[in-house]
Amino acid sequence: MPHYWVPNSSKEILKYLINELNIENIDELFRDIPNELRVKNNVNVGFGKPLTEYEVKRLFYRIVSKNRVYKDPPPFLGGGFCYHHVPSVVKYIIERGEFLTSYTPYQAEINQGVLQALFEFQSLIAELYDVDVVNASMYNGSTAVAEAIRMALRVKKGRSKVVVLGDSHPEVIETVRTWVSTLGIKVITPKFRIDKGFVDSEELKNLVDREVAAVYFEYPNFFGVVSNEIKDYVEIAHEAGALAIAYSNPIALPILKPPGSFGVDIAVGDVQPLGIGLNFGGPTAGFIGIPYRRELLRQLPGRLVGATLTEDGKEIGYTLILQTREQHIRRERATSNITTNSALMAIAAAIYMSLLGRKGLRKLAEAIAGRTEYLISRLSKVPNLNVPAVGSRDSILFRELTVGVTRGSIAKLREYLRSKGYAIGPELSRFYRDSEPKLSNCSLVCVTEAHSKEDIDGLINSIKEFLSKGG
Amino acid sequence: MVFRQSKWMEPLVFEIPKRGDRETFLIDEEFSEYSSTYLSKVPKELLRNKDPNIPNLSEVDVVRHYTRLAHMSYGIDLGPVPLGSCTMKYNPRICEELASVDEVTSLHPYQDEDEIQGILEIMYLMQKWLAELTGMDVCCLQPPAGASGEFVGALMIRKYHLDKGLGYKDEMIVPDNAHGSNPASAAMAGFKVITIPSSEDGNVDVDALKAALSDRTAGMMLTNPNTLGLFEENIVEIANLVHSKGALLYYDGANLNGMLGIARPGDMGFDIVHLNLHKTFSTPHGGGGPGGGAVCVKEFLRDYLPVPIVEYRRGKYVLNYELPKSIGRVSWYYGNVVPIVKAFIYLSMLGPLISEVCKVAVLNTNYLMSKIIKLKGIDLTYGVGRWRKHEFVISFEALHRETGVNAEDVAKALLDEGIHAPTIYFPLIVPEAHMIELTETEPVEEIDRVLKAYERIVKEAYKNPKSVKNRPRNTSVGRLDVFRANHPRTLVPTYRFFNRIKNLK
Repeated sequence: MPHYWVPNSSKEILKYLINELNIENIDELFRDIPNELRVKNNVNVGFGKPLTEYEVKRLFYRIVSKNRVYKDPPPFLGGGFCYHHVPSVVKYIIERGEFLTSYTPYQAEINQGVLQALFEFQSLIAELYDVDVVNASMYNGSTAVAEAIRMALRVKKGRSKVVVLGDSHPEVIETVRTWVSTLGIKVITPKFRIDKGFVDSEELKNLVDREVAAVYFEYPNFFGVVSNEIKDYVEIAHEAGALAIAYSNPIALPILKPPGSFGVDIAVGDVQPLGIGLNFGGPTAGFIGIPYRRELLRQLPGRLVGATLTEDGKEIGYTLILQTREQHIRRERATSNITTNSALMAIAAAIYMSLLGRKGLRKLAEAIAGRTEYLISRLSKVPNLNVPAVGSRDSILFRELTVGVTRGSIAKLREYLRSKGYAIGPELSRFYRDSEPKLSNCSLVCVTEAHSKEDIDGLINSIKEFLSKGG
Repeated sequence: MVFRQSKWMEPLVFEIPKRGDRETFLIDEEFSEYSSTYLSKVPKELLRNKDPNIPNLSEVDVVRHYTRLAHMSYGIDLGPVPLGSCTMKYNPRICEELASVDEVTSLHPYQDEDEIQGILEIMYLMQKWLAELTGMDVCCLQPPAGASGEFVGALMIRKYHLDKGLGYKDEMIVPDNAHGSNPASAAMAGFKVITIPSSEDGNVDVDALKAALSDRTAGMMLTNPNTLGLFEENIVEIANLVHSKGALLYYDGANLNGMLGIARPGDMGFDIVHLNLHKTFSTPHGGGGPGGGAVCVKEFLRDYLPVPIVEYRRGKYVLNYELPKSIGRVSWYYGNVVPIVKAFIYLSMLGPLISEVCKVAVLNTNYLMSKIIKLKGIDLTYGVGRWRKHEFVISFEALHRETGVNAEDVAKALLDEGIHAPTIYFPLIVPEAHMIELTETEPVEEIDRVLKAYERIVKEAYKNPKSVKNRPRNTSVGRLDVFRANHPRTLVPTYRFFNRIKNLK
């Protein structure tokens, strides 16, 4: 039966093609598939018949109407992903077919636009993170971290341990564990101090010896806290001859010191806040950045775009470079198996950074910092609420923070807030039920530029209401 | 000439000329008082002391810049992209429209389950449909791309044997024509990769397989149809041989379009498969990604899958994190959900017609192959006389010998015709290779255009080889200096090194 997405499926054309091949029917082309392996009836996918556009649209809306979208106010949910505004420009440009439907630019001459946009992504991220080389994207932040750790193990060949600070995103820690699970490597996760809100550098020091290949930390960390011992983490790593790997939120870096300026060896990040959207967790794009050092560059995973000249030397052009690191050439000796990456999300991030510029990015970071400050100053006056639940009043927080209730349960508070249209979360017990029972009655809260004063005041008032009723 | 690509002398975003800084995208200053307080509290050593070198542009500057770059790009919307094993099919716009609604893109991964029943339903149906299409029992959608699915597969194979106390099973067999990501994924999971040759008819060399199999064999990774576009006729025997050593058989789904809805890996004895939603199920490639790489397994491996998977219990969709032997998570959250939604729309609109996709893709392939091999200087190296499935591979060895024009030259000349080049120099076992996959979405007239282009190029190669070597001429730029691009002293990986090139020009 013909279908309009399959132009040659119409009867007349089919007949022509079959004739040209000198065969009786299409079936002949499949004769080498043993009969017992052939599907007897149709495979059972879809809804029993091919749906029209208008049918599928209705069906789809019926299904997704069962999702709750927090539009007004936007969700206050955190845990690595937060609701940020996606500028229209970003959305429209990445929907252009020339970007959307192109393949990896293996044929540079016909895809200069994609290549230049990716080169700009690499370059803009390099400026923001203060590193020299950035790859053209990994799947997302979590896999970029896992790749960075594996990269460090190659650079520091023979070392048997990696240290991942315990205040890192729990799903990143899990991802790392999976990615190194067959290497015989020990993953050490030093505990964070609930009162400080981060891992104490003295404790870290005791754990880092010459067997450690890398020390990994995040800023802000999972609890929204920016450790003021970052400098010590880097020093401890370097004293043991290990690499320092830092994951930082791009939207915090216009005001916070970038990883390159801390002397970090591998900088990692994710572009979710840079015009990507929440996407129920994916896609986004992750990336790895490094200072220009040969031993690091050789082990860098993922595609890289570079600038060069045309053969006649007259024009500048862009092309994929250092491909001998990659799987399609190096096979089992490649630095990674990555093939498809997240190029379109990287281009989206490049557009976003170009649209905001250093001025807009700084204002944005300040807008979020201001809201964080406002939220915490108001919440800290609410009785029976522990803010921040991880960290102290002196902690530097950015975008996310933790709240704990000393009256009633956090689950009930969240339920109450949901009924008022406010979503906070995730609850920390989701990740620390066994390891940190003290945090069982706590939740993350996230504020971004998308939240107005009215939204934040509304949230605070609802929390007050709940607690004044006895929790 | 049918094609001349746009050419803008578009500077890098850093170098867009302007007399002074522009007003950038508007950000509110409602909380400026609080941000001042905030900044005064941050210790100096944590503060950035120099603004990043990111240009300040206005919205129209940005739109023009990236639109010009779009004009200098080429995708399936403009013409054929016959890259072998990449399955570059047309991406229906309805999938884009529906997957971009707020009910998908504004969902937070940590919303409570009762608020995400719709998206979980879609994921649940996709798990079910992908299992049905592959003949497997249960799927996990978490791997963000195909290679990630391969890595998951290899990790599951490793853990499966370890749990049985068979830690010595540390070898993965991979045919010499496999996608490069197969050996790379196996090596990442800690396996020793054993490469086996192909036979003359393009299949796995069964004798070589027998010789390679041992107690140490943990598994074998195979794609079917293989990268020559040939169905592995001995697949049942191969599966039996692999299983007889207690090893598992892994299916690389990159080539599924060649038997989609016609035959299923699960029925052939494969134990684990991965699928590429961005190939077989038409989600757009976006200049390299994002993709989607589901993994499906037979029931006995269910507990090894990454977590979570979506299940339906007592009238509700739930995320199940409790798979006792799970290899863990391979990525955060639940996978690339937006492509999953696009693939869901795609499958909904095809439904039982999904096998037509495969049939016409295969018909298209053989139509072009049967014509192209009549051209001078072109040969099929393996499996002469056999029908192909989703793709075919031709060798320009003779053309190269006779004219000096090689596979890359031909590829570059194709660009001049407004046709993206196929995959070149792959599989490695075919000298001067073009690996061509049209998919079912190329109209016959476009296929004829591809054929005519090859005809013209071959003719030109014999008449005036130098002229072919000077192509492309109709693209935004001519051939690039690859040596300069890769040399440590002239390498320009970011704008920070741009002076190395700018001053030269």
